[in-house]
Parts: sequence; structure tokens; C-alpha cells
Amino acid sequence: MNTADQYLKTIYLIQNQEDGPASTGSIADALDVSPASANEMIGKLEERGLADHEKYKGVKLSEEGIVRARDALQTYCIIERFLANVLGVEEFRAEARQLEAVIDDTVADRLDTIIDREPECPDCFDAEADACACLEAAFEGAD
Amino acid sequence: MSVGSRITSDDQLARLLQIGIVLEEVVEARAYHHYSSLDADLDAEVEDLLEHAAEESADHRRRLEDLIEDLDVESVPFDEIEGLVEARYGRTQPEDFDGVLYDALCNEETAYKFYDDLIEAIESSDVEFSVDREELIATLSAIREEEAEGVEEVTAIMEKR
Repeated sequence: MNTADQYLKTIYLIQNQEDGPASTGSIADALDVSPASANEMIGKLEERGLADHEKYKGVKLSEEGIVRARDALQTYCIIERFLANVLGVEEFRAEARQLEAVIDDTVADRLDTIIDREPECPDCFDAEADACACLEAAFEGAD
Repeated sequence: MSVGSRITSDDQLARLLQIGIVLEEVVEARAYHHYSSLDADLDAEVEDLLEHAAEESADHRRRLEDLIEDLDVESVPFDEIEGLVEARYGRTQPEDFDGVLYDALCNEETAYKFYDDLIEAIESSDVEFSVDREELIATLSAIREEEAEGVEEVTAIMEKR
């Protein structure tokens, strides 16, 4: 997943949680980058017609931005589910965050053929828990 | 969350190599299983291609396993997950030869993309892994090259059909 897609996914999750625009600060926090880096990428997303940035209000995704963000979220769900259910990784959330930048969506699509994902994906993604709400991890003692 | 594709530890590298093993195990070997199960006269050229892909895949898995063994991480219990993977082989069974070939093409392309991204992520990392970096990149580059050749082979057969 490329950097732009990671931003789109993050903005999408924040704007859904906030039920409104996502602030640059919260985007930077979520991605663990500086506000300056976040601003730079938000500018690029705006240039590509994927987001609208209004000063003092925050960032809102365009319709096209939402479509791409949902695709990116789906890719992320596939990685989490694959790690949890196929590889039995207990720390699947942390590992998914580390690996998402290296796993391309074409690779995730292939991994998707060996996992059980719910048809409502990615709507079942719980942003606070940072995991699919329907995900039943393959190991015992998962939180 | 980390933005940007860099690999920062032996554990992370081992996990990515393990994903490579699963991709090889599932998507490439699967093509041959599907082909064998087709209820039709077998096409010798396609059979050779898929048999070769399965053999190559097994070789890639062994090379990836050797790399993981050399890493300073807890051993990856691949035997345990192999059964899980096998149980999921038949999920997306193609219905005919063209479907099998298309599936094989996607598999080779996906594997190529995976190794390409992995090599890039290793090259952009300044972490000192517990395996020799040059050897690691050389092994992965050789595997990537074989995947590229696989794409060409499948494409050539598809064009003839």
C-alpha cells in the first residue's frame, strides 16, 4: 500500500469517527508523522482531487477519495485477517501496521483467496479497536 | 503506524519472507492442483508449464526458508500453518484451461510484485540484518527474475491459444 493510500485510509477512519472533517493534527498523530509531512501529503491528495482541505476545519475526502480509502482499508483488513487467521500472529494489529506499506493490493488480493472475509468488509472495521469487528483470531487469548 | 516502505527489524523481514513462502505455497502450487483436477483432456504444454511452476515454487520456498533460518528470530512454525493453507486450496477453482492459465499469470505477476516491493523495502532500510544483506538481495533478486520469466512463459502460451 503506498503512502497516499495510507493517508486516505487514515483520513477516512478519522472522518467517520468524528462524523466530520479530520484535523491535520489527528491525521499526523495517527500516522506518527510531523504535521508538516501530513500537510504536504494532504496538499498532494487535494491536487489529485481526492480530498478537500479547509483551513481551521480539516480534511474531507472527495467521493473518489472515499472509494480509494475503502479499497485501502479493505487491503489492510486482508493483511490483518491473514496475519491473525492464517499465520496465527498474536500481535496482528501491530504487525499489520508495520507491513502494510510493503504489501501491495495485488498481493493482498491473492492473500484474500485463502481467508474468510465478511461481505460487509470494510464496513465492519472498528477504528477504535483497529481491527475488523467480525475477526475471530485463530489463537486463544486474543483481545 | 509507519509510513513508507522500509523494513526495520529481523522479525519484520522474517514475517515478509514467511508471507513469500505462503504465496509460493498457495498461489503457485495451487495452479497445478487445479489443473490436475480439471475434467478434460490434459494439454501437454500447459501441464509442463504448471508442473514447472510448482517445482520452481517449491525451490523458492526452500530458499526463503533457508533465509529465515539464518535470521536471528524464533523459528517460524510453517508446518503448523501448512495444513491450514492446504485446507483452503480449492476456494477459487478456475473452471477451464483459460481460467487456469489466467490464474497462473496472476500468480506469477503477484509473486513478482511481492519480491520487487520486498527488495525495494530492504534496499531503502539501513538496518543491519543478521543475514548478509548482499546475499539476501541476491537471493530475492534471483527469485524475482524467475517470476518474471514465469510471466513471459504464461503470456507466450496464452497468446498462442
